[in-house]
Amino acid sequence: MDTYETVLEMRGITKVFPGVVANDAINFDLRKGEVHALLGENGAGKSTLMGILSGVYQPTEGSIVLEGAPVRFDSARDAIHNGIGMVYQHFMLVPKLTVAENIMLGIKRPKEPLLQIDKASEQIVAFARTYGMDLDPEQKVASLTVGQQQRVEIVKALFRGAKILVLDEPTAVLTPKEIQELFSMIKMLTDQNFSVIFISHKIDEVIEISNRISVLRRGKLEATINNEGVSKEELAGLMVGRDVSFCVEKTPCCPGDSVLALEGVGLKDREGRPLLKDVNFEVHEGEIFGVAGVDGNGQDELLEVITGLRSASEGSVCIVGQEVLGKSPRQILEMGLAHIPADRQARGLVLSMDIKENFIINDYYRSPHSKRDIISWPFVRKHTKENIERFDVRTSSIDTPVSTLSGGNQQKLILARELHGKPVLLAAMHATRGLDVGAIEYVHQRILEQRAAGTAVLYISTELEELMSFSDRIAVMFRGEIMGIVRPEEVTIDQIGLMMAGSIT
Amino acid sequence: MELLSYLLATDLRMAAPILIAALGLLFMEKSGVVNIGCEGMMLFGTFFGVFFARLSGSPWIGLLFAGMTGMVIGLFFAFIVVTLRANQIVTGIALNIIAQGATSTLNRLIFGVSSQAANAPGFEVVPIPLLSKIPVIGDSLFNQMGPIYLALLLVPLIRWFMMKTTMGLKIRAVGEHPHSADTAGINVRSVRYGSILAGSFLVGAAGGFLSLGILSLFSENMVSGRGYIALAVIIFGKWNSWGVLAAALVFGLGDAVQIKMQTAGSSIPYQFLMMLPYILTILALSGFVGKAESPAASGKPFRNDEL
Repeated sequence: MDTYETVLEMRGITKVFPGVVANDAINFDLRKGEVHALLGENGAGKSTLMGILSGVYQPTEGSIVLEGAPVRFDSARDAIHNGIGMVYQHFMLVPKLTVAENIMLGIKRPKEPLLQIDKASEQIVAFARTYGMDLDPEQKVASLTVGQQQRVEIVKALFRGAKILVLDEPTAVLTPKEIQELFSMIKMLTDQNFSVIFISHKIDEVIEISNRISVLRRGKLEATINNEGVSKEELAGLMVGRDVSFCVEKTPCCPGDSVLALEGVGLKDREGRPLLKDVNFEVHEGEIFGVAGVDGNGQDELLEVITGLRSASEGSVCIVGQEVLGKSPRQILEMGLAHIPADRQARGLVLSMDIKENFIINDYYRSPHSKRDIISWPFVRKHTKENIERFDVRTSSIDTPVSTLSGGNQQKLILARELHGKPVLLAAMHATRGLDVGAIEYVHQRILEQRAAGTAVLYISTELEELMSFSDRIAVMFRGEIMGIVRPEEVTIDQIGLMMAGSIT
Repeated sequence: MELLSYLLATDLRMAAPILIAALGLLFMEKSGVVNIGCEGMMLFGTFFGVFFARLSGSPWIGLLFAGMTGMVIGLFFAFIVVTLRANQIVTGIALNIIAQGATSTLNRLIFGVSSQAANAPGFEVVPIPLLSKIPVIGDSLFNQMGPIYLALLLVPLIRWFMMKTTMGLKIRAVGEHPHSADTAGINVRSVRYGSILAGSFLVGAAGGFLSLGILSLFSENMVSGRGYIALAVIIFGKWNSWGVLAAALVFGLGDAVQIKMQTAGSSIPYQFLMMLPYILTILALSGFVGKAESPAASGKPFRNDEL
């Protein structure tokens, strides 16, 4: 095919937010029937660009041309009317409403103001069937799996007459099997002349699914290339602006005594549904114990039980032989726990407080940080300064509110706080999520240093590649259960993927 | 038999202002707006209901203007909580305080300071032919004032509106997940404005019915907590208009029993009985009615520039 029909052109798009140029003169075009990937790290400007396309933001400069005619989108409604269907990473579905109600939301019905939901349901089933999809229109969205919800989102967009589908990080919450289903759906749609913009930061997926790839970095378009024989390293280099090594270099593991031991740990939610079921494992000195699984399969709860934020209903959790259950989070920290929570902004830091205050948040109550409940600021300042230098937190002053730090620097501050003493156990979750490659390398190095110093490391992540190269052993969680504990050198990513979806090896 | 019929009739009459106010609140809550200021909004309704009924000589015109007063206050409330995105609870409390001061002041300015409360023409009982002759329920259900029939009709009507019309679906979506509604091309702010205005009309009218239908006079602070009870009724009724009707009748029954026992000269101090509806309110608000399914975006201001 030599002649392409261009359906969409974004010309010279610039978007300036106070103090930040989020998009800098970006040119982007989409051809009929193609998958055009938008690749870039978090904060590279992908979401802003798509926000402009979907009418959420207005560009500071530049124009959008749709099928040859210039258009201007002042609201989400405008974009929908012009055939642009967004499927957001966080689905825009109302959980308590049914599938049919969600799809019909905001659509003019033939007999206004009557909704005629039964007729609508029939229409939806027939419509979905023409694209080979099965939907139960009467089910509540809350009762669907993530993959099914995504399908509802896609049908919702198509039903509104979308010709261009924008998928924002569509694979982030899916299991490997669901990702394959999504990909075959995308192929089927492009065969029918729909065009897809596929936003992702995962290079492998982009190479697998797209016809062309545009790489964004720091708000600028680095390149738009045909997906023919492009190498992973080449794309990664464009994304971060330098060569990247994908291997974590580490010394062989020499585990010592058991530090963390879980025995028969179980936890139920208020309705009595199990969140954790009979979890057993041990983490040893000098070992990185990875925990894999799709988000929401009990990893949060596992971390909360170990750190004392939640009490398990059964079983026992020991740190160096001492029972943890029933102890307060502070008592557990005092036993030598370092904790890197999954959400650094909500749980790791108090955003409106400054660096030194965040730094002493675990220790402010005890000497030498304070004496008789009065904080010794001179000591705190000195102590904070030394450690943020040691951990390379880049800031002009320790009196800066942490909300103004970049994600990478925020995470480094947490590392400084948690690791500057000598923890016996480090429990980390999503420690590298949303960081750029440089910061990821830094976090990995620091954790490897801890491992070399004999700390036991519990490392929860959803990034399989990271876990495979980083961990000494990997436990896979599915619906609150450990499906198996494996050594990364003995399994393939596909095998772990199967375990993540619930099959036992 | 006669006692039962009497209790039912009084129950319905006492429940009506609470029911009407709660149905109004239901509109707002479904769209994600919590209006603690219901009490104050009703109070404005009681005063202006009496004022316009005296002026026109018709309780119906009084009731209409009570509702319109509610809408004016509602517009003000909507501007503050939807456009300016202020905290809904704080705004509601401020509204209650303003209402208490404003209606008392207006009362003294217009009707003068006297021991005689301002009287107004009240509603007549309109027996429905044939139906009112049914034993027990006939006399209590079909021998009532006009606005009570309307309030009872509103119950299925609002349920139908919420479930079966496109507008109802929009309101429910906006109350549950305004961002979804926004990306589906719905104007979240106008939906909330509309819901607040429609709901405020009912809340104001509920106040008007309280002063015109039950007492035919205005006295200062006469709503005495019924606005809060209406909020509790929504929770008891689990955001469903039939549930709201049932809950309002439970509260009304508390009132009816208390009135009957007072007039019958019961040995239990009547103050204890008067506490009944309020104790029920506390139980409802503290979550004793089980897991209540409130609209997920309840009380949260909406910004569409946060992705």
